[in-house]
Amino acid sequence: MIAAADALEGGFTEAPIQSARAFREILEAMARPGTIRQVQGARPPEPLSIAAGTALLVLADPTTRLHLAGRADCAPVRDWVAFHIGAPLTPAEEADFAVGTWEALHPVSRFRIGQPDYPDRSATLIVEVDRLVNHGPCLTGPGIETATWLNLPETATFRANRALFPLGFDTLFTAGDRIAGLPRSTRVEAI
Amino acid sequence: MSDLGSQGDYTFAYLDEQTKRMIRRAILKGIAIPGYQVPFASREMPMPYGWGTGGVQVTAACLTPEDRLKVIDQGADDTTNAVSIRRFFQRTAGVAVTEATTEATVIQTRHRIPETPLREGQVLVYQVPIPEPLRFLEPRETETRKMHELEEYGLMHVKLYEDIARHGQIATSYAYPVKIEGRYVMDPSPIPKFDNPKLSGNPAIQLFGAGREQRIYALPPWTEAVSLDFEDHPFTASKAPHDCDLCGARDSYLDEVITDDAGRRMFVCSDTDFCAGRRAKGHTGRLGDPA
Repeated sequence: MIAAADALEGGFTEAPIQSARAFREILEAMARPGTIRQVQGARPPEPLSIAAGTALLVLADPTTRLHLAGRADCAPVRDWVAFHIGAPLTPAEEADFAVGTWEALHPVSRFRIGQPDYPDRSATLIVEVDRLVNHGPCLTGPGIETATWLNLPETATFRANRALFPLGFDTLFTAGDRIAGLPRSTRVEAI
Repeated sequence: MSDLGSQGDYTFAYLDEQTKRMIRRAILKGIAIPGYQVPFASREMPMPYGWGTGGVQVTAACLTPEDRLKVIDQGADDTTNAVSIRRFFQRTAGVAVTEATTEATVIQTRHRIPETPLREGQVLVYQVPIPEPLRFLEPRETETRKMHELEEYGLMHVKLYEDIARHGQIATSYAYPVKIEGRYVMDPSPIPKFDNPKLSGNPAIQLFGAGREQRIYALPPWTEAVSLDFEDHPFTASKAPHDCDLCGARDSYLDEVITDDAGRRMFVCSDTDFCAGRRAKGHTGRLGDPA
């Protein structure tokens, strides 16, 4: 129970305002794939980043199923999620949200990609990365005027995901307090 | 309670956090699948359906304290619907408001896209009465959902063709259907088809909220929206063949105003901010006083 006391810390102190500001950054990140935005408000336990914790506080709640992958699936994170978010923890196949490193989330083909008549019933992956820079694979598609670049962990999986459109999972990349979005609609090319 | 500008006892932007999270998830899925209508659990709002409850809920989920809000109804900032919604957010969110398109960061609109080009960082929220473009052709939701699934949009082209057969041209003049990135056919809300070209390649984020019908959909910036047409009957963005009588603008969408019972009338810009801005710069039309 001593460990659980720490779980009471690190949530929003002023939820309506902090979640509003963070959501606008996440909206801009998802609507303009490849742009790197800054979010703040959450102080989640290790190994979750500020950005991943903030995204979970903004988007997840008791009505969304959450999958903790790899190192993220530890007692402090589970306690923190239980107190601040209340999302039921589920296996990858059933999750609305999943958080972890790219290696821990693999194989990502486990995640829900929606149904042909309800493509929105798909998972959103929150992928923890070491850093985010606008260098790497080339991104084009909705939300991008001409082309942009982002240091994705790989390209083949995202190309396969794009080929499923309008089905597919959507991705948020988080590093520290930085966040970037990669919706299923984005075309990815290795350069 | 009448203390305008204070948040009083409301949470920021009226809606509770649980509701906002639900709406925000729907918005993000809408952004990820441009043109697809995401179901959401629309709430009762303190205004009747048909007054923009869908747009109000989307705006409430997007607003931050730093935003500057503009609300327009058919292009006008000073009509009942626009004034009511603007006051609603002044009271419940305490946000700054403006009538200037260039100063606004969030613009909620009923049935127009501002004449002044939008820019990055702006969010345009549309109030949508009937989000389903196929609804008047096929009343069953189960069927229209399947038609979207299968990209079965032939019926829409038949409807436009029947327009041509009956009227010699495509008579649909508002809520003109668009195809988004070659996939989903979308209702752009009842904007005049004059505004359709502004949907495509717009640097702002465009969000659509239908409260009664419980749907949210979205266009990310720089998204392609093609108005449906035929090779021999290409789409044209039409407007009344006049100049604005107040500011003399030739390229803005016009409202027709009956001025007496002898049949006299005038045409004025539907976008009041655009018209006032032009008059302030010294442009005058047939009936306009120099400002």
